[in-house]
Amino acid sequence: MSDITKQSLSELVENIKSKKLSSSEVTKAFVERSEKSKELNVYITEDYSNALEKAKKFDEKPNLDLKLPGIPMAVKDLFCTKDLRTTAGSKILNNFVPTYESTVTQNIWNEGAILMGKLNCDEFAMGSSNETSFFGNVQNPIDKNLVPGGSSGGSSSAVAAQLTPITIGTDTGGSIRQPASFTGTVGLKPTYGSCSRYGIVAFASSLDQAGPMAQNVKDCALLQEVISTYDVKDSTSIDFKRNEYSKELTKDIKGKKIGIPKEYRVDDMPKEIEDLWKKGIEYAKDCGAEIIDISLPHTNYALPTYYIVAPAEASSNLARYDGVKYGFRAEGENLINMYEKTRSEGFGAEVQRRIMIGTYVLSSGYYDAYYLKAQKVRKLIKNDFDDAYKKVDAILTPSTPSSAFKIGEKTNDPVSMYLNDIFTVPVNLAGLPGISIPAGHDAKGYPLGLQIIGKAFDEQNILNIAYAMEEKINFKNNITDWWIK
Amino acid sequence: MSKNKSEYLINRHDNQYEVVIGLEVHAQVTSQSKLFSTSATKFGAEPNTQVSLVDAAFPGMLPVINEFCVKQAIKTGIGLKAKINKRSVFDRKNYFYADLPQGYQISQFKDPIVGEGKVILDMPDGQKEIGIERLHLEQDAGKSIHDLDPKNTFVDLNRSGVALMEIVSKPDLRSPDEVNAYIKKLRSIMRYLGTCDGNMQEGSLRADVNVSVRKKGSKEFGTRCEIKNVNSIKFMQMAIEYEANRQVDLIEDGQTIDQETRLFDTKKNETRSMRSKEDAHDYRYFPDPDLLPLEVSDDFIENLKSEIPELPDEKKKRFIEKFKLSPYEANILVSDIETSNYFENVIKKSDVKLATNWIIGELFAALNEKNLEITESPISAGNLSKLINLIKDGTISGKIAKTVFEQMMEGDKDPQKIVEEKGLKQESDPKALEALIDKVIDDNREKANEYKSGKVKLFGFFVGQVMKVSGGKANPQLVNEILKKKL
Repeated sequence: MSDITKQSLSELVENIKSKKLSSSEVTKAFVERSEKSKELNVYITEDYSNALEKAKKFDEKPNLDLKLPGIPMAVKDLFCTKDLRTTAGSKILNNFVPTYESTVTQNIWNEGAILMGKLNCDEFAMGSSNETSFFGNVQNPIDKNLVPGGSSGGSSSAVAAQLTPITIGTDTGGSIRQPASFTGTVGLKPTYGSCSRYGIVAFASSLDQAGPMAQNVKDCALLQEVISTYDVKDSTSIDFKRNEYSKELTKDIKGKKIGIPKEYRVDDMPKEIEDLWKKGIEYAKDCGAEIIDISLPHTNYALPTYYIVAPAEASSNLARYDGVKYGFRAEGENLINMYEKTRSEGFGAEVQRRIMIGTYVLSSGYYDAYYLKAQKVRKLIKNDFDDAYKKVDAILTPSTPSSAFKIGEKTNDPVSMYLNDIFTVPVNLAGLPGISIPAGHDAKGYPLGLQIIGKAFDEQNILNIAYAMEEKINFKNNITDWWIK
Repeated sequence: MSKNKSEYLINRHDNQYEVVIGLEVHAQVTSQSKLFSTSATKFGAEPNTQVSLVDAAFPGMLPVINEFCVKQAIKTGIGLKAKINKRSVFDRKNYFYADLPQGYQISQFKDPIVGEGKVILDMPDGQKEIGIERLHLEQDAGKSIHDLDPKNTFVDLNRSGVALMEIVSKPDLRSPDEVNAYIKKLRSIMRYLGTCDGNMQEGSLRADVNVSVRKKGSKEFGTRCEIKNVNSIKFMQMAIEYEANRQVDLIEDGQTIDQETRLFDTKKNETRSMRSKEDAHDYRYFPDPDLLPLEVSDDFIENLKSEIPELPDEKKKRFIEKFKLSPYEANILVSDIETSNYFENVIKKSDVKLATNWIIGELFAALNEKNLEITESPISAGNLSKLINLIKDGTISGKIAKTVFEQMMEGDKDPQKIVEEKGLKQESDPKALEALIDKVIDDNREKANEYKSGKVKLFGFFVGQVMKVSGGKANPQLVNEILKKKL
């Protein structure tokens, strides 16, 4: 079967379960395509021979009751994987091999999936273009000059280029939804507390959340079902009743009330985005949903709030990378000198910038003006959503204010880069689930995404809306395999 | 004019200075595992053998609160008659050091688990109440070892993440003696509760000491200096004495005191500047986003209250009221739970008054001499009780009892057996005593005649002779009676 890699996750699972395909065949197909796709630079660490070995073992005694039977999968290099190097895209963890497995990846392997390798990402997930990775930038399979988004850029690129049938990313301010939007794929950021953070290299603890990235909504639902578990090892994990998202998935969204927040009509929003949003509203109506105008008055403050809270937490979370215990160490004359050299050489520019911002906003004398105030605004932003959800079941917005930009275009303009997160960060600040689905193309033919934001723990509802709209939108990605010689 | 004799003042020229002291006591929580991980907490283990991935701050590792440590902190708060905060918050205290793997210590800053409370001290001139400002939970750091290698520092993370209670007093202490009494009382309360073993040698209890001075009568506080990490009461007292005098000298010299952190050099008996206020760390405290605010219910607190044993103050009151002990005796007997348990075991079957005297007198002196704790006493409570009964029923005299007691100290022997084996039983048979006395009078005819002719002082001589001849076993009361008749 030459078109194995073109199959969706659901098709592959079906074919393996009905023994039309073996895990070895599937794994080999994705490994071969991955090997031919080095130019995209999606992998930081490849683990192909182990993957093929595991596939062989699976086939010898296949357990076909599992949800991901023998399915090969590459994952973002922010998830700690036992005995396989985990770098977080940073030089400072270049030689780090965990002795433990993250809960999310463990859940995936428990359902029969097989690890193919670790995918590129912005350093410590700080970035919107995958250009801050120590391991180089990733190319968007849509166009070689385009960024794949970030921070889960390796993940979005790998799914769009069909190097992995499905993957997982992490989303602190849009790091799943924005790259999904840039690559014409589907990405879900679950409710904060839905997926365990245990074993995920931390960026901003109160915002970080793992989630699935896929070619379609159904695959996304299936993976969410696998990765979302209550975990006592994460004190912020929440014990709520989780649906069997893929089984309960339905296109029947008749009568669902969908809110359109007027504050998301930002200045300078390209007409294409405005048009896409209008189209999205029509699609939703076609599916039988009711459209209601709503207001999220504090939206304007979300981005500055985010860029205080996230760096503050990051500055503290990244203090452990000091050259003492593991990872990169630069020799120094004394302890302080060793710290300074290790951290100056080990961290890239964007990470250093955020550590500095974070250190500043937490400093005595500035704490109240920045961090404390940001926490208060964060509460107001959450209240906005709570109020809105008294009237609506979900909210529809564009995923990003533009389509994918060019590699290098924004690297010297951090603020313009940060602006890319404008529609996604409020969702993280409020701890809500949000999904980005591909909804159209801009004039250049680059994909554009729509975001559906749900109530906390209401993943099923936004998956259903996305599922219904997906059918109406009938999006087709224009990927030409230009990188395969 | 000083109100009481024990007031601690420093005199310079015509000025009298009062010393104001506040303590931040770090008490290690008695628990099997650490505050946020499941690693063991045993003292003296091989370096780095009690370290989990969480303690060593590996990427992606998360803290999970140990409920037992929370209970211990709340119990301690109850013991300090303090307000228990139903909602408290863990914060990160950020600083870099090689033995601090996370790059921050998880502590409680704005919202501690325990609020204001008090500790009552029994001082020679009466009781004094010391206010407790707060008690919070925090992680201990690891240990840097600088003297194993000329070039390298070694780090032992066994202690990293161990639960500590920081107990902050109000600046209510006024002398080294009060500090001594305060630490001992605090330790006593925690040992009664089983929340901290109070072992200062093993570092389970250590303190930062805040010292300032002011002219007697002044209402305002002087500038304080903080003496870091002092690990014995003696050193605390020495450090306070040195530091207070240093500050007084500066003031008398017309200089000002810099607010700073100082170290106590135990070899030179002096405090030295560690860092000034300007160099003070900016710890960038903020709520730890890995941990939700800690919330406890009324039921949770009530349940813990029901587990609280009788504490020293209450026990003292009971001892005075029920057993008619003096406040002095009661204080000594309740000072630690083991002593009071011992005492209560002894008096289950024997006379309270005698037991009190024997424990506070003979037993403490003997243990002291052998450098033993009450728990290591060679004489069990049961055997001491038997000894006291032998005295009480006249089987042996108080004097003989001391001999028996000495024997018992050599090993836990039944006093009854010692008395029998050594034939120490008191001679109370009047006929046998009469025979003895007749012999003594016969042997000392001349003195007997002198006595009869009016030299009554010689009565004592005859008593002594009878006791001597009887090997100390003669019942002194009977000897007196018979002698009077015979002479």
